[in-house]
Amino acid sequence: MDSFVIAGKSYSSRLLVGTGKYKDFTQTRAAIEASGAQIVTVAIRRTNIGQNADEPNLLDSVPPSKYTLLPNTAGCYTVDDAVRTLRLARELLDGHKLVKLEVLGDPRTLFPNMLETLKAAEILVKEGFDVMVYTSDDPIAAKQLEEIGCVAIMPLASLIGSGMGILNPWNLQIIIDNAKVPVLVDAGVGTASDATIALELGCDGVLMNTAIAAAKNPVLMASAMRKAVEAGREAYLAGRMAKKIYTASPSSPVEGVIATSTQQH
Amino acid sequence: MKYPKQVFTSLLMIQLTINGEVKQLHQSINIEQFINQNNLQGKRIAIERNGEIVPRSQYAEHYLTDGDHLEVVVAVGGG
Repeated sequence: MDSFVIAGKSYSSRLLVGTGKYKDFTQTRAAIEASGAQIVTVAIRRTNIGQNADEPNLLDSVPPSKYTLLPNTAGCYTVDDAVRTLRLARELLDGHKLVKLEVLGDPRTLFPNMLETLKAAEILVKEGFDVMVYTSDDPIAAKQLEEIGCVAIMPLASLIGSGMGILNPWNLQIIIDNAKVPVLVDAGVGTASDATIALELGCDGVLMNTAIAAAKNPVLMASAMRKAVEAGREAYLAGRMAKKIYTASPSSPVEGVIATSTQQH
Repeated sequence: MKYPKQVFTSLLMIQLTINGEVKQLHQSINIEQFINQNNLQGKRIAIERNGEIVPRSQYAEHYLTDGDHLEVVVAVGGG
């Protein structure tokens, strides 16, 4: 069984999915099922006080007993906000330690603020969290995050929610080659082939939300992503052929082609 | 002697900031009572008081006092 390990726990699915932007929790659940994901991200937000008491709860549709929940710090722009959000998440999820850290630097691009991300990671690791960390595709920052003790490095492929695909495979390759912890592409995947490319590069997994939730048929796209990730992983394990630039190589035998009137001897 | 009304009420009322909104209570209650009053009992929530987590097991021990800042959160969809 081809599996990978995050913070001591083994996972067979290399596709991690978010729960945002779906029409309703029924669709959320159907898409997650179709994706085969075992790790599912959630956000932590203020609840309505004294209104909508019967509002459905996400955790009823995505039960922690069935999935490994990955609370995130989406929307946090400071160390303090990110750390406090994850402490609340840990309390909410009964001592759960696996978290996704992101500290943003700019609301337009949602690029991470790496200085703040590094500081927050250090605090969270000290407090016993298993930190999967969203990062720019800077190999030095990725290495520093690993040295701090993050359990997975998650560079962006392109901007969060942009669907622009993998813009800098070369940087991702350097990060993968340098890392001793799992590397997952987080953000930017737009369609199935993007996910496949990430796995072909040697990423251990892909985390996505919008690519599935914003598809015209999210459940079908979730299924496509599951296959794409599996295909990319198998291609990576199989080892691709070397590229031969401008040199064709026939797949069929050169000998034994039937005679034609134009055949020369 | 007649006291201005606001002086009188400030002695009785405590002011809280809950999820960024200012609210007033007529008497000090503990967090368990606060949860019950707001129909949050049994919900999957977590509470932070003045920057510190209040463990679920300690809700009854924490009495809200004037000037407290509470954050009450849930898990929602996100990526």
